[in-house]
Amino acid sequence: MAAITNDVPSSLVLPKWIAPVLLLAFAYGVVPLIGSSYLFEAILLPFLALGLAGVGLNILTGYAGQVSLGSAAFMAAGAFAAYNFNLRVEGLPLVGSIVLAGFVAAAIGIVFGLPSLRLRGFYLAVSTLAAQFFVQWALTKFSWFSNNSASGVIDAPRLSISGFAFDSAVGRYLFALTVVSIFTFLAYRLVSSQTGRNFIAIRDNETAARIIGIPVLRTKLLAFAISSFIIGVAGVIWAFAYLRTVEPDGFDLDRSFQILFIIIIGGLASIRGAFFGAALIVVFPLALSRLGGFLLGDVFDSGVLDMSQRIVLGALIILFLILEPDGLVALWDRVRRRLLFSWQST
Amino acid sequence: MPLPSYALMEASVYAPEVFARGLPATLRAEAQPEDRTTAVPAADAAAPLLSLQGIGLSFGGVVALADIDLSVRPGEIRAIIGPNGAGKSSLINVISGVYRPDRGHVRLDGASYAQVPTQRLAHLGVARTFQNLALFKGLSVLDNVASGLAYRVRSNFAGQVLGIGRSRGEQRDFLSRADQILEFLDLTAIRDRLVGTLPYGLQKRVELARALVAEPRLLLLDEPMAGMTASEKSEMADFVRAARDRFATTVVLIEHDVGVVMGLSDRIAVLDYGRKIADGAPDEVRNDQRVIDAYLGVASDNEDGAGI
Repeated sequence: MAAITNDVPSSLVLPKWIAPVLLLAFAYGVVPLIGSSYLFEAILLPFLALGLAGVGLNILTGYAGQVSLGSAAFMAAGAFAAYNFNLRVEGLPLVGSIVLAGFVAAAIGIVFGLPSLRLRGFYLAVSTLAAQFFVQWALTKFSWFSNNSASGVIDAPRLSISGFAFDSAVGRYLFALTVVSIFTFLAYRLVSSQTGRNFIAIRDNETAARIIGIPVLRTKLLAFAISSFIIGVAGVIWAFAYLRTVEPDGFDLDRSFQILFIIIIGGLASIRGAFFGAALIVVFPLALSRLGGFLLGDVFDSGVLDMSQRIVLGALIILFLILEPDGLVALWDRVRRRLLFSWQST
Repeated sequence: MPLPSYALMEASVYAPEVFARGLPATLRAEAQPEDRTTAVPAADAAAPLLSLQGIGLSFGGVVALADIDLSVRPGEIRAIIGPNGAGKSSLINVISGVYRPDRGHVRLDGASYAQVPTQRLAHLGVARTFQNLALFKGLSVLDNVASGLAYRVRSNFAGQVLGIGRSRGEQRDFLSRADQILEFLDLTAIRDRLVGTLPYGLQKRVELARALVAEPRLLLLDEPMAGMTASEKSEMADFVRAARDRFATTVVLIEHDVGVVMGLSDRIAVLDYGRKIADGAPDEVRNDQRVIDAYLGVASDNEDGAGI
């Protein structure tokens, strides 16, 4: 049988770390200098938080193949846990609150991941809905979680690490960027490790995975735990750095769907894909409102915007599922390959 | 006795010729002594690595396996053949613990199991391939093969993420072993390809590599040559033989193609409608009248072929 050679152009094999390092250098060095506060508040902060949540969900759904509709619940768990640790534990630094909040979200993730040992696909997705409704209900019902605040909406604590405060828009952006970069890097390491390959093995063929000795049950719960941890941290970023308030209503089922759309549009089983998808989800409504206002003038009010947003987003998702099931990442890679190829052949 | 009467009815519905020749009733009387004569010298030569005793399995009313005895000596290539639906894959699934038999025991290296623990299969030194490919499509060829060593992982995910502890050495060890197997099976050229993009024959070989990388004592191959061209089949047969010689692996293999099996295996068991109708060296099996009947149908009255 003829061996088939690898036909990827050799020039594509740049060291893998170059692109992320350049991107980070740009994000740290250039963006804070040129960005307006609108850019930080309305675009970059939600982008970072949702991107990290997408990374978390992608570990569970994209890599380990367990569908979840409870992402917003884990975000809420993270945000409220961080708030309460910060409030109730004297002298606990912010970083400590965030890490502990991740562990709380992970614990809840494991509990609601237990059905995955018996259920698959749609049935599992429906059972993760339980997490969504339960967490939101518990946070609303027991006012202890929001420190007996009358409205249930609480101000997030100031972001400060060892006396250095990140209050300004740029400061919060840098804080979020740092946290997101660290966890994204760890997630990248995870998915290319043995554990990450075990996730993929379970996703692709559970029986074969069991036969070759992968501890299927433990690995599934581990996927739930790690995924929920990261989504929980994303919830902290969302509440503390972006909204600066903590309230259960911000973490409703719509948010869970939004994160699921992010990874479907961006690309399942891809760390980059989560950020591609998050960028689209965040920028798209803003761009649509600008475009609509420009083309249609006053007719394009917020009601029309909201409706057209849903319609266009829904259409986009359907288009992606049909035309590019591997998401924006696959699209991007193909375009890049074609550009490189035409550049090489000239 | 294990064979319920409705099984006979099933057989009569689906295979009137089998029913007509009264196979299930006569088989017991005839086959049993034969089995004993072949099995006794085997036991003298070496204790069997794997033996099945009185395995029975049915799905609803359909009898997949009825009272199957089978012994596999260390180091041999043991083929199980039979027409479609004879219960061959069910037998492999029983041996690997995917199915729990209704009756009987699987003895593996001295220990007896009512159901072989699938999760511990790799630790017991058993690896298998699947009739319909069961590769991990999202992983490269190399990673697929390395995943065959997953049961040996001792490091935890935190160590792997941070690159500390034993994870690094483990990783290096796995990849170098996988590379050796790829070279052995002539797959090195495609080691970084996504396995889903490979042609069928190569995927079959990658699956063999994934099973072999653990250097199992017992290798179960479920139709490793199904859907292959004649040259691919003989190539695969060479690989199976080479794997046995190199790793001293015992091979149990299921195959449709009788020609390939005859040349490859040391002993052959023939299944038909969930029962073992013959067991022995290739030459004995080839000339066994019941095997010929099962494969070609019962001969007509015109046995001598006069007038054809």
